[in-house]
Amino acid sequence: MNRTRRRKALSGLVVLLCGAAVVTALVPLFFVFVYVLQKGFSSLNWDFFTKMPKPVGESGGGMANAMLGTLYLIAIAALIAVPVGVIAGVYLSEYGKKSFASLVRFTADVLNGVPSIVIGIFAYGLAVLPVKHFSALAGGLALGFMMIPIITRTTEELLNLVPGTLREGALALGATRARASFSVMVPAALPGIMTGILVALARIAGETAPLLFTAFNNRYFSTNPFQPISSLTVQIYTYAVSPYDDWHRQAWAGALVLVAMIFVFSVLARVVTRRLERMHRT
Amino acid sequence: MKTPSSRRSADDRGFRLGTGFFALLVVVLVAGIFWELYRTSHLSIAKFGFRFWTGKTWDPVSGEFGAMPFIWGTLYSSLLAMLISTPIALGIAIFLSELSPKPLRTPLAFLTELLAAIPSIVYGLWGVFVLVPLVRKLQVVTPDWMRKIPLFSGPPLGVGMGAAALILAVMVIPFTSSVAREVLKAVPSTQREAAYALGATRWEAIQAALRFGRTGIIGAVILGFGRAVGETMAVTMVIGNNPQVSASLFKPQYTMAAVIANEFTEAADDLYLSALIEIGLVLFVITVIVNAISRLLIWSVTREVRFKAPKAPAAATRTAPKVAA
Repeated sequence: MNRTRRRKALSGLVVLLCGAAVVTALVPLFFVFVYVLQKGFSSLNWDFFTKMPKPVGESGGGMANAMLGTLYLIAIAALIAVPVGVIAGVYLSEYGKKSFASLVRFTADVLNGVPSIVIGIFAYGLAVLPVKHFSALAGGLALGFMMIPIITRTTEELLNLVPGTLREGALALGATRARASFSVMVPAALPGIMTGILVALARIAGETAPLLFTAFNNRYFSTNPFQPISSLTVQIYTYAVSPYDDWHRQAWAGALVLVAMIFVFSVLARVVTRRLERMHRT
Repeated sequence: MKTPSSRRSADDRGFRLGTGFFALLVVVLVAGIFWELYRTSHLSIAKFGFRFWTGKTWDPVSGEFGAMPFIWGTLYSSLLAMLISTPIALGIAIFLSELSPKPLRTPLAFLTELLAAIPSIVYGLWGVFVLVPLVRKLQVVTPDWMRKIPLFSGPPLGVGMGAAALILAVMVIPFTSSVAREVLKAVPSTQREAAYALGATRWEAIQAALRFGRTGIIGAVILGFGRAVGETMAVTMVIGNNPQVSASLFKPQYTMAAVIANEFTEAADDLYLSALIEIGLVLFVITVIVNAISRLLIWSVTREVRFKAPKAPAAATRTAPKVAA
């Protein structure tokens, strides 16, 4: 009997410890959010959204160029990654049992774990080294490379959710495989593919390391993809490690805007997923 | 003579090859990264050879590059982070998959995964202005006898190995916990039911599930390690960026990713740049190996179960007569 009681006590203790682990992880989450919200909101003002950065040491100014720059960079990244990722995902879902498909799947997962800074070096070698200057294009390339494996895997997964009877119906009516895939399967999975793209955008919008030596930074804003461009993340970094209080203030404001942006992408992704789930339940 | 059906099969082949080309791009990308990094770091590889990895001097002015302190910093910080994060991440995975009341499960899973959504730079910002001052206070009140231990020696700067390991641990938790949770989800419930039927307590039933999925769980931990090794911004901002090999938690050190982030744009000559890229190449090779191992381990559990599950009834009937006999 004593032994049973000891086993039960041990079991209760472990349950307690596991609960404590959850709480422990939530503590830093809570504190990061509190600080970003508190310091960010107190530093946000109209200038922050509309003005360009001031020269070193002068207070005031904003991050208008950096915000536009981030949007510009993720647009380039999406242009590169969406076609490649979606079509590669279609291949995996159509021919998933081939050993080549397993290789692609495996490589995509491995690529997903390659540090972003390494991908930055790769983009530097491709687009900066040959022309000897930093450019928005190089930054967009680096971010695009990071998006590809995420989009590929989610597209495949979501196409697999679409009932196979749809494809068989199309094929039975005489459609080619391409037609069955792009006119029937992909449209049916479209909301899901959108989710994958949004998740990938949320992930790369916060990237700093691959941009440091590809897109670099720019005090102004230009729409020329062959010029360096500022981004929210690189600007936050520059300001955070600077010795000026006003720049620290703006770094927090930038962090708040960045977190809000990622939050919007994630919420959109969730909304789309919900719709998809409801669609397939009926 | 082309019949409609032969045209169709030609179309299908075109579709397979066309989409296959884009799938191939994913593989080409990874091979391309390796090739490009190898090509551009050639100067440094040729000049230093193996000495690059054992040398302790990093002096761009005299053109002497030894990467030992960075490798030490990366491995030490990642291992410390794993020590802190692994028990917490596994606790979360167990709680969410085995113990949590149903209505709590989704919101708690969402919250813990939110940790992964916060960008590295925001962790870094928080680290610089909140965590580092806290660590500094802790260092100031550390009693003298403790500071004589090498683990706690060093000036009270706040920035250093300890701060970096803490922030890394927080960032790695969601990756390990979500994969471990998936692995536990893939463990057939018959495993737990069998344990309960034998009179096991909750913890004993969980142990049975853990033992069944142990390869995948190890994979989840290794995946977290891969993340920690490659993490750049937050670590760069709190580790102190001083290339020295030390076991102390309170001394500023440096990591491979951090030195690339800090010095890449400053690298004035080709040798300097190629030395930095060689560090990147090794970072790439390490993370590819680590991720490949972890994926294989995770797949071995989650896939095996998914593919074998439908076959189970057939196997049961086949073995049933044997049992009877």
